[in-house]
Amino acid sequence: MVESPSVITPLAAANPLTALAAVSRDIAAARLAALGDAARLAFRGREAAIGPAGEAFGVALPREACRFNAANGRFAFWLGPDEWLLLVPDAEPAPLFAAIEAATSGLPHSLVDVSARSVGIEVAGEKAAFVLNQGNPLDLSLGAFPVGMCTRTLFHKAEIVLVRHAPDVFHLDVWRSFAPYVWELLEDARRELA
Amino acid sequence: MLIITCPWCGARPETEFRYGGEAHIARPADPSALTDQEWADFLYNRTNPKGLHAERWRHIHGCGRYFNALRDTVSDFLVTTYKAGEPRPENSRPDVEGSGR
Ligand SMILES: [Zn+2]
Repeated sequence: MVESPSVITPLAAANPLTALAAVSRDIAAARLAALGDAARLAFRGREAAIGPAGEAFGVALPREACRFNAANGRFAFWLGPDEWLLLVPDAEPAPLFAAIEAATSGLPHSLVDVSARSVGIEVAGEKAAFVLNQGNPLDLSLGAFPVGMCTRTLFHKAEIVLVRHAPDVFHLDVWRSFAPYVWELLEDARRELA
Repeated sequence: MLIITCPWCGARPETEFRYGGEAHIARPADPSALTDQEWADFLYNRTNPKGLHAERWRHIHGCGRYFNALRDTVSDFLVTTYKAGEPRPENSRPDVEGSGR
């Protein structure tokens, strides 16, 4: 019989990018950073629940496709016409969850704490869009993908949520088991810029 | 690679989508009232046209929505897309040359 290891590591405490980020080179044209923990809530709901959910979260849920709203360090990303990702860096999900649940009680909706499901990566620098385009065919010019835009898309074969926070600053939210795959392909894409 | 216009998200690469079969096939309201032949028609038999085909697509790596598209099965050209629930557009049938793409 094979004995299973008795040590159980809490999922949220172990960032799958820690080891990779520790040996990552600093390349100014396209810097890579593993982002810290965040509260992430997946909210889906029909018309009646959308307003109250945004009020309870403190950020109105954007109704325009592929856009995000932000206030006081909280972010509401449009993922679909009835689907949003609510993200607060460095925060506990439980109080946010409770507040939104209280505000939407009795209204058809779904709210799921997905904080530990994914991790964040920042790609920043004047060649950030160039590096992302090595694994994603979207037009990342500022006209087609402006600051304030977000979308679910692909990086190579992994699904990501891609966000543009500034002309040269992108964030990727990627499911944790795909994170090393995405990270190493980003490293590969920016190697020539060193 | 095809460029497919999601009715919600706009023009996107084909890799973000999954095909969903022929569109506008309504599930019979009372399946038990159907003959075996009618039920088999609903389940399996499709029009398979040479030319314009109304079909479902899902923007699975985007907004997640199902929508419908008119595609020319000869040229593989996607003539137009429209939201699920909307009727099949009356179409003047632009072709690849006339589309500017
Ligand atoms: Zn879409």
